[in-house]
Amino acid sequence: MKQIANWALNVATMRGSSYADARIVSQKGRALTTKNGKVGSASDADSIGMSVRVLADGAWGFAASEDLSRAGVEATAARAVEIARASAQVKQQDVRLAPEKSVTAEWTTPHAIDPFSISVEQNIALLLNVDSELRAVAGITLAESNLNFNREEQWFVSSEGSDIHQTKYSAGAGYTAYAFAGNEIQKRSYPNSYGGQWQNKGYELIEELKLLQNARRIAEEAVALHSADQCPEGTFDIILDSSQLGLQIHESIGHPIELDRVLGMEANFAGTSFLTLDKLRTLRYGSEMVNVVADARQEHGPGLGTFGFDDEGVPAQCTPIITNGLFTGYLSSRETAHTIGENRSGGTLRAEGWNRLPMIRMTNISLLPGEKPLSLEQLIASTDHGILMQTNRSWSIDDRRYNFQFGCEIGWEIKHGKRARMVKNPSYSGITTEFWNSLDAICSRDEWTLWGTPNCGKGQPQQVMGTGHGAAPSRFRKVKVGSAYKGS
Amino acid sequence: MLARDQAADIFDRIKRLSGADEIEVLFSGGRFALTRFANNTIHQNVAEENHVVSVRTVFDGRTARATTNRFDDDGLRGAVESSEALAKVQHADSDLLPMPDSREAAGSADSSVRATQFPSRHFAQTAAISPQLRAGTVKKIVEVAQKHKLTTAGIFSNSETVEGIFNSRGLSDWHTQTLAEVSITMLGADSSGWQKANSPDVADLDPPALAEIAAKKALDSAHPGEIPAGKYTVILEPAAVLDMVGFMFWDYSGMAILDQRSFLTGRIGSQLFGDNITIWDDATHPGQTGSLFDGEGMRRLRVPLVENGVVKRVVYARATAERMKRSEHRDQAGPIEVTGHGFPLPNEMGEMPLNIVFAAPQDPQTLAQMIASTERGVLVTRLWYIREVEPYEKMLTGMTRDGTFLVENGRVRQGVRNFRFNESLIHMLSNVEAMSAPRRACGEESFDMVVPAMRVRDFNFTEVTKF
Repeated sequence: MKQIANWALNVATMRGSSYADARIVSQKGRALTTKNGKVGSASDADSIGMSVRVLADGAWGFAASEDLSRAGVEATAARAVEIARASAQVKQQDVRLAPEKSVTAEWTTPHAIDPFSISVEQNIALLLNVDSELRAVAGITLAESNLNFNREEQWFVSSEGSDIHQTKYSAGAGYTAYAFAGNEIQKRSYPNSYGGQWQNKGYELIEELKLLQNARRIAEEAVALHSADQCPEGTFDIILDSSQLGLQIHESIGHPIELDRVLGMEANFAGTSFLTLDKLRTLRYGSEMVNVVADARQEHGPGLGTFGFDDEGVPAQCTPIITNGLFTGYLSSRETAHTIGENRSGGTLRAEGWNRLPMIRMTNISLLPGEKPLSLEQLIASTDHGILMQTNRSWSIDDRRYNFQFGCEIGWEIKHGKRARMVKNPSYSGITTEFWNSLDAICSRDEWTLWGTPNCGKGQPQQVMGTGHGAAPSRFRKVKVGSAYKGS
Repeated sequence: MLARDQAADIFDRIKRLSGADEIEVLFSGGRFALTRFANNTIHQNVAEENHVVSVRTVFDGRTARATTNRFDDDGLRGAVESSEALAKVQHADSDLLPMPDSREAAGSADSSVRATQFPSRHFAQTAAISPQLRAGTVKKIVEVAQKHKLTTAGIFSNSETVEGIFNSRGLSDWHTQTLAEVSITMLGADSSGWQKANSPDVADLDPPALAEIAAKKALDSAHPGEIPAGKYTVILEPAAVLDMVGFMFWDYSGMAILDQRSFLTGRIGSQLFGDNITIWDDATHPGQTGSLFDGEGMRRLRVPLVENGVVKRVVYARATAERMKRSEHRDQAGPIEVTGHGFPLPNEMGEMPLNIVFAAPQDPQTLAQMIASTERGVLVTRLWYIREVEPYEKMLTGMTRDGTFLVENGRVRQGVRNFRFNESLIHMLSNVEAMSAPRRACGEESFDMVVPAMRVRDFNFTEVTKF
């Protein structure tokens, strides 16, 4: 594969590129689903191809093809240079790349069990058992479950001499129970909504999730929501469970710190960011206890944003994003690092596959746990009146990442330190920095989970990327609750 | 580009590799190129070529799919073996039907549809767009921005794609298409404007003209004021209408009724919207794109989904129709007929209408006429980050974006800060006061449709953001 990639580099260099890299990527995926007692879908997919990214005349060109013959590879490289020269017709200044040492490396996701080594029969049996448990509860009208496994092998070479072979594994699993009655559809999901929990791990993730053990409870909660009261509207202290907080981090911290957004590169589609460059090391993003990192290193955990090297050959790093409440860092790339006075990329450039241009993506954007021991139950016990919200149901935020609104699947009104009643349709909304400044308690490490978001969309053409978000249940004071239903 | 006769040869090779009772092969792919610009600079510029072959095998009521982009013998053999291995370990599915033959696929269309000669959706001039031509077009857009002292961001793309299906009962169909698309955002210091359009024929697009409209929106919305959240009469441009209504069409599906996840459960045949709302699914409409066959090769029918506000029908894949006929929901499911809207099997979602066409109102008004007859309201260019809050009332939340204006006494008064809305689609489509003539429109939250601009009363804005 390295030889094939070098064919591309040679042509790009001969045609005058000042920089070139080539990625050959082989991806394999398996998706299994069940629905109401049957296999919903069973499919395998594989894809292999190569892309060439070049700088010529100070501008970028990118071309990708499934054709790995020598003629095909060389034509792709030539096309990339031709495109770069066309780009140079409309530029304000030349692209500058932050320096990066070339590296020769091998890296593989640590995993105990290759997920593709587990038989399909075993996987389907697990899902059907879960399905059976869900539908054993009277009132469940629809049960859906899924298992997903992915393997991605990449060969990266650059004209600067880097040669990196990297293999990543990921797994995901989850289920949802729906209950339709009267004029209402309620649902509960486990361990998270929209596909469950995902990590860069082997099959051991599936064994850790205790899917079957939680199915009955989840189904019972879905049915019980029909008898629950509507979540009250007003200003409340709220406690978010770790999965909902993971998505809150994703939307209101992870996206606004993407430096390409800040610089206007996403203005037409994904949007920009309120985090203009003047806010670095001056903005009080959150309360003193808010510490957020962007950490792609294995030692942070097996998140979907964990890797050895990003897709322009920069090693995984940990960047402090919010330090004791102060905004301290962006997600950057070799092209953008200089705009924040850095002489090295933060290592966040990733592509969905061989046929997509790498772009700044979240790695693992995590809220560090509280240092003092604090369990969720202790946090509830210390809350006089509030709402505990669990598992995301809807999410929306404006294109500069100020105003957000989230809905959750289930809520619990807390009174005098106890869960007083279940409430349905809980939602909350706010302004990003006001919200993070209202945080006054974070549970400790034993309540912390590194969640996976497998479906983050960005870019044109749009790319879907997996990101990681570590979080422990946390409390926020005086948050607007229920305005989603106001006036409806 | 993969040609139909090449695909037929590949299908024959695949058939020889498989011992399945039945086999179906889907082909898709082609060439795609996109030039992306921001800060008046081309900052990303990409091109790709890729084709995919997807093999579905059936053994005694069990089916599965495997997909690859490797067309050599090893790649095809691997896909066949994966598909067969996945299929063989399953339990037989009594709802799985034999694959359709050509007669069944074509026979699902009524004679008027079958007799229609469809104009080509493939245009050589779109396929031939070069990187230099894309860059030249972007340069003209940037010149518009610079003329108005704005910065611009956006894309100009073109593609040439194929979609094909072959099965072991002799069915085969093939579709080729081109598409050119331009999307433009113009940014001022505290304002922005946006326009987007696409078409199979690049000659239908006028990027400099769109750039001028986007620039005018950015200039007119400079120094936005803040007005309080509340219920307003809104004038939604077609892209905003499309992005809202797109969230309901997943529910116009027989499978969604069977699953009781549709907001139409118990409502088919009832007056759900205003009597000025009539909606079709029509793959043959000149403003539409895409193939005329579904994931099993069935011909897509023209289906009346809503007539004068009454929900008339949902669409059906073959197996869904058979299931519905045996179901306890059959008396509340509308006409049960295979309509040619199925997704490739196996899948959990069944089917969906994807070629939405709103009928023209009796008295269409231009956007200018709607504004002129509005005493107080909000003009919305575009919506963003729409999500479903409540599934049965179809309540959606989202934001306005890139050109939101206060209208007073028949005039656009000023730009205003963007709103968050929480609005039921049922409520919205019951409160439409005026519509323009429908046209092909595209947004970012939903698929392309033929939709009008709408003036809607009592639209529920719940919060205001900071810009």
